Amino acid sequence: MSGSGPMNVFDIAGRAMSAQLMRLNTTASNMANAGNVTGSAATAYRAIKPVFESVTDSPGVSTVKVANVVTTSAQPTKRHDPNHPLADKNGDVWEAAVDSNAELIDMIETARMYQNNVQVLNTAKSLMMETIRIGK
Amino acid sequence: MSLDDNLFGIHGKALALRSQRLSLLASNIANASTPGYKARDIDFDAALKKATSAAGGTAASLSKAADDSMGYRVPLQPSLDGNTVELSTEQTLFAENAVKYRTTLSFLEGRLNTITRALKGE
Repeated sequence: MSGSGPMNVFDIAGRAMSAQLMRLNTTASNMANAGNVTGSAATAYRAIKPVFESVTDSPGVSTVKVANVVTTSAQPTKRHDPNHPLADKNGDVWEAAVDSNAELIDMIETARMYQNNVQVLNTAKSLMMETIRIGK
Repeated sequence: MSLDDNLFGIHGKALALRSQRLSLLASNIANASTPGYKARDIDFDAALKKATSAAGGTAASLSKAADDSMGYRVPLQPSLDGNTVELSTEQTLFAENAVKYRTTLSFLEGRLNTITRALKGE
């Protein structure tokens, strides 16, 4: 909750938006590293994912937060490329463990979810403004 | 029967319950991608019936009426991660709730205008 008092619709949608934004950031990080190649399996980039968790205020009223960001268990793929400057003594390089198709789909879903929350916020805002203006 | 009950009738309580339901549906939409989240909703008719039969229109009795009429949404197609939010359902209900909130608001406005006119003696 932001400050004191019960959670309102602005807290709910606002915090959900920050969570989705964080998800978008991880997707951007994964996509940026998708083509990366390294000289060993240990240093290869592995995709990161946020873990969402709901935060409940009163029964039924809850928002979402990012509990933590985890590194996925996907393994980098080994590619034999002796001419690559980063290749090890066997001539192998490791490609980042990122499924770019899955990341792109995730990105679209994230954008949709973000838009939904913006819509909720706008509706709630206009309803409140109308309530304030009542009787005038 | 307090003054605001006479003044606003059922609409004061209805507006408070609509606002509560707005928060609930916003929560469902916010948690649309949280694994294991179970969508909830208020049976509005039942909640309003409870709220109007309860003595006094206090905020506590209103939120109790809402809590008692709360239930979990039955998903049309359950997802593997245990999340029961279906965005199409939630968005439709959210829009419907917003329209009904506005309707209640215009009823209230009508009442207020009546009283204002009576006071001014127009």
